[in-house]
Amino acid sequence: MLDRREFVRQLLTDRGGLLVVSGLGSATYDVAAAGDHPLNFYLWGAMGGTAMIGLGLALARPDRRVAVLTGDGDMLMGLGSLATIGVKQPKNLSLVVLDNARYGETGMQASATQSGIDLAAMALACRFRDARTVSRIEEAADIRTLLHTGEGPTLVDARIGEDEMPRVLPLRDGHAIKQRFIEALNSG
Amino acid sequence: MHKPTNIETSWPDAVHAQFRRVGIRQVGYVPDAGHSRLIELCQDDPGIADVVLTTEEEGVGLVAGAALGGQRAALLMQSSGVGNCVNMFSLLRNCGFGCVVLVTMRGEFGEFNQWQVPMGSITEEVLRLAGFLTYRIENAEDVDDIVGAGCDMAFDGNLQVAILLSQRLIGRKQWGR
Repeated sequence: MLDRREFVRQLLTDRGGLLVVSGLGSATYDVAAAGDHPLNFYLWGAMGGTAMIGLGLALARPDRRVAVLTGDGDMLMGLGSLATIGVKQPKNLSLVVLDNARYGETGMQASATQSGIDLAAMALACRFRDARTVSRIEEAADIRTLLHTGEGPTLVDARIGEDEMPRVLPLRDGHAIKQRFIEALNSG
Repeated sequence: MHKPTNIETSWPDAVHAQFRRVGIRQVGYVPDAGHSRLIELCQDDPGIADVVLTTEEEGVGLVAGAALGGQRAALLMQSSGVGNCVNMFSLLRNCGFGCVVLVTMRGEFGEFNQWQVPMGSITEEVLRLAGFLTYRIENAEDVDDIVGAGCDMAFDGNLQVAILLSQRLIGRKQWGR
């Protein structure tokens, strides 16, 4: 199993112009822990919507790479968006699911992936170009490359450990997060 | 194949012209008889990315992502779809994403299917509770003006605007016999 913080840190190392959308809860804390960045759009709610925000952004900016980092609970709530993304085939969009098979924010109750529900197989069935399950930190470098140069849409189901990490809390004002992101994107 | 009947087809061109005027570049929708002509116009427009959604709720995320990337987006849905979006609408309000939602009304004047009535009868109130400004169109000649004004308010002011297209405007859906 992956150490979630170390995995996300390696994915976002030397991130260049990568645009990042993080799903509510631990995914947002992991992305913040890797280093606050104006091109992070942190979610604190809107559960189930993270992948679709990534799609809207990827369609609007085909010249940039978009990475969605979110939890298995958020992805499961928005499973239909895999089909929606599969229809549009955005080459610049990658989804990374930080999958601990649990709902961490509410007391670590089991999610559907704990019963063997396979997110990578679903993504392939939805015509994603690449979808894989990873559980070893040695694979992080390949996934980082996938985010920057792989032909999308792609999905990575990252099997992470169950350990709860200290919360790292970034900006929470939605207007401020949005404005900072747009200004940074407009300035190059 | 079942074809929708008695669907008025003049007003969608006015909506599409307003989309062009204000520079809408993404349109999310769940297929709908009342919106069928407008959906075709958007699909045929190379300046608009049309995104078919599995549920209307996805469209709220699409609008937010488009805005982050500097593009304006609109959503087309039936009144039943409004109910599918309620929690996700908080994204628009929390971050101040401008948004135009065109809602074809069911469950009102002349509705043939009572299963549409519970959601249709609360649609406008739900939208207002979720922070939307709502405008209702009864007559085709008002479409250009109201859709244009609604788009300007949404995108100039980062507001959430819903335009309700009444069942009298879109035409009563009837049992296809």
